[in-house]
Amino acid sequence: MADTIVNATEDVYPPAEEVHLKHHFATPAQQMDADTLGMWTFLITEVLFFGGMFASYAVYRNLYFPAFASTSKFMNVPLGATNTAVLICSSLTMAMAVRSAQLSQRKALIRFLLLTMFFGAIFLGIKGYEYHEKWVEHLVPGFGFHYEEVQFERNAQILFFLYFAMTGMHAIHMIVGFGLLTYLVVKARKNTFTEHYFAPVEMIGLYWHFVDIVWIFLFPMLYLIGGTR
Amino acid sequence: MTTAAAHHTPVPKVSTLVAVFLTLIVFTVITTLISYIDLGEWNIVVALLIAVTKACFVAWIFMGVRYTTSLTKLFVVAGLVWLSILITLTYSDYTSRNWIYQPKPWSHTNAPYFDNKAK
Amino acid sequence: MATIARELPEVEAEPVDYLNVEHGWKSWLFTTDHKRIAFLYLISITLMFFIGGVMAVLFRINLLEPEGIFSPEVYNRLFSMHGIVMVFFFLVPSIPATLANFLIPIMIGAKDLAFPKINLLSWYIYVVGSLFTVYAVVRGGVDTGWTFYAPYSSTYSNSYVLAAAIGVFISGFSSILTGLNFIVTVHKMRAPGMTWSRLPLFVWSNYATGLIQVLGTPVIAITLLLLAFERVARVGIFDPNIGGDPILFQHLFWFYSHPAVYIMILPGMGVISEIMACFSQKRIFGYNFVAFSSMAIAVLSFVVWGHHMFITGESLYTSVAFSFLSFMVAVPSAIKVFNWTATMYKGSVSFDTPMLYAFGFIGLFTIGGLTGLYLATLATDVATHGTYFIVAHFHYVMVGGMVMAFLGGLHFWWPKITGRMYPEAWSKFACLIIFIGFNLTFFPQFILGYLGMPRRYQSYPPEFQALNVLSTAGASVLGIGYVIPMVYFTWSMFKGPKAGNNPWNAAGLEWQIQSPPTTFNFDETPVVKEEAYNYGPLEEVVG
Repeated sequence: MADTIVNATEDVYPPAEEVHLKHHFATPAQQMDADTLGMWTFLITEVLFFGGMFASYAVYRNLYFPAFASTSKFMNVPLGATNTAVLICSSLTMAMAVRSAQLSQRKALIRFLLLTMFFGAIFLGIKGYEYHEKWVEHLVPGFGFHYEEVQFERNAQILFFLYFAMTGMHAIHMIVGFGLLTYLVVKARKNTFTEHYFAPVEMIGLYWHFVDIVWIFLFPMLYLIGGTR
Repeated sequence: MTTAAAHHTPVPKVSTLVAVFLTLIVFTVITTLISYIDLGEWNIVVALLIAVTKACFVAWIFMGVRYTTSLTKLFVVAGLVWLSILITLTYSDYTSRNWIYQPKPWSHTNAPYFDNKAK
Repeated sequence: MATIARELPEVEAEPVDYLNVEHGWKSWLFTTDHKRIAFLYLISITLMFFIGGVMAVLFRINLLEPEGIFSPEVYNRLFSMHGIVMVFFFLVPSIPATLANFLIPIMIGAKDLAFPKINLLSWYIYVVGSLFTVYAVVRGGVDTGWTFYAPYSSTYSNSYVLAAAIGVFISGFSSILTGLNFIVTVHKMRAPGMTWSRLPLFVWSNYATGLIQVLGTPVIAITLLLLAFERVARVGIFDPNIGGDPILFQHLFWFYSHPAVYIMILPGMGVISEIMACFSQKRIFGYNFVAFSSMAIAVLSFVVWGHHMFITGESLYTSVAFSFLSFMVAVPSAIKVFNWTATMYKGSVSFDTPMLYAFGFIGLFTIGGLTGLYLATLATDVATHGTYFIVAHFHYVMVGGMVMAFLGGLHFWWPKITGRMYPEAWSKFACLIIFIGFNLTFFPQFILGYLGMPRRYQSYPPEFQALNVLSTAGASVLGIGYVIPMVYFTWSMFKGPKAGNNPWNAAGLEWQIQSPPTTFNFDETPVVKEEAYNYGPLEEVVG
């Protein structure tokens, strides 16, 4: 039998090449643990990264609530809600993709990865349409901004600046996620991922779910501030 | 040291994943509809509570936090704690700026000691 | 047919190590060996230190005369670029990316860091970031101060804010990846028997530093990005014209930049722990307290940032809270200083160069730290904020502290990193020059600040000239002091006497392997059975 890897507790693993064991790790379990901890640490940095904008939002919403509330009628709530649902669908398909990898189901894995990308593409398409809407309505700060409710014009710009900054950053993260998913599809087609080695699928899945969580907060914060006004 | 069982992550059931999916959709509908009801200051509280709940479902089930080591769970909590430090301490500056202590102007009525000496 | 047997003279083959195992630029630029990457970093940060140093020489020359020789605009750019380069491109990566990168895997008994390719990527990111910054320098620099305060930086400055901000933004990711790597490595790559309580304190310090890098740096990243957006869009959330608050910029900026100063001291403290133990030939007094202090500093560093904003418009009550917390954060540092001194008691103390640097550190860091308490106190901060008192304070801790520790660590581990010894007489001489030059430069600045000379001003009232001249003289001496090690270190790599595995008779896994180490550090994974700093008769720590 090809040289298997045996760790201290006498577990037997398939050969190193099959589990893609890197030379500086002793066992696949150690590699998986390190990968998982590393990805979660990276996600923590992302929490703090978006956190700076969340803190800004909190401060200014408190200072200028009426102006912030007045902006909700210019937000496309149905599209925003649809986008939220679309991302939730993509999270489901991503979780199903990881599950398929864990079960060595190559075709299902590819199918779910492609579905995730499909939902992601819909999200970005709707987002692009919304940005276009804002552009046409002169709601892009710094580029011909003009607000109908003149008494709130100054402070509403802050909300719109944050809107573009936060959703823009989020969209960039989605596009990066797209690239990562493409990489996974390419690798999956070569039958790289089995129940013995599916770490990249799981790690990129973690990233994708995180991006979904950010949107889960962005939607109520940016679209639903002053629903009744 | 890590245990071998650590990476034998249990495979989630399809029914669990779909149930979480439906829960998230339902909460999305709720949060959208509630925003049209005027609850005053409570609107943001309810919206954030719903968002936090949705995030917990995604993290616990979709991201598999329920199966991770205690160390990973600690890291997740730490990240959220640090985010709250950033937001809370910054926010507290703005809310406390108006709490300026206004000493009462000096006058005979509130400075009896000076009064005695003046006499 | 018989062959002629020839007695060939025994040629002792030079042992293979990480330096000579492969040659050529590709083997260096595409390496994943943490030791080679540490070397690459060492070269890069030395270059950036030189650039930052040149700025300092220029503006200190300006300060020889009350009227100065540069215009205020040029002067502003000089001190701003000095700060940006020194903080983000020298001090923050200094010990972590060089010494810790090299030593942490060896100290814990691992073959490499957890993510070697990410390690290499972090160096490339650093280089790209530094190129943006050098571009900004060459085009004329920024004049906003290293603190980039809005709305000057976002709206009114005519300097290369965007290039500099992007350079710093990019370098932040290098820092994040380094910290992430250290955290995962220390959690998951320790050799059998290497429990947390057996870790060298250098590892504890760099682990704590990694936590700060991971938690803090993303916030300055987004802040600089928001600043860049505001500069491009000519409107933004820090712009008072639309109701934005410049203080918010300061909150977000200092949320990282205060913990950043602890990134710029904790690794140095780790070095001092190692040096103190070795040159007292005694285990560190109060290991648990020192380890715990590193973690306490990392945590507390995140709740004190408001002390940079006492007089800029922060609420009084928030200021009081931050002041109190700033007093708290001084306590763990003091604990360490006491423990280091107690380590020497009844130890066998020797005065090699690393130990001289450690002594310098303890004295100068203590002065710097104590003067920090003046600044944490609201009433005295009102008088000293924005003066040379602050400049002296942070140079005492960052230069008198961290840079001394960095040099001490370089000298301590140089035989391990290169397999060569540096010349001891020159190194002691350079240490003395640096110590004298440093104090001559910065002690007068405490007095200047106390007397009221503001910082970041191109000119000053004539009565301050004498002290300024002293300071500039000191800076020249200090500059010479820094050049000397660069010369003899380079010399020693080619001509220095070969050092054995353990020239200092030190404890620790790194001293058990050959100098320089092989690519994978250990032939066999060590099994650790002893506590750290197992001084006394040096027993086998490697199983």
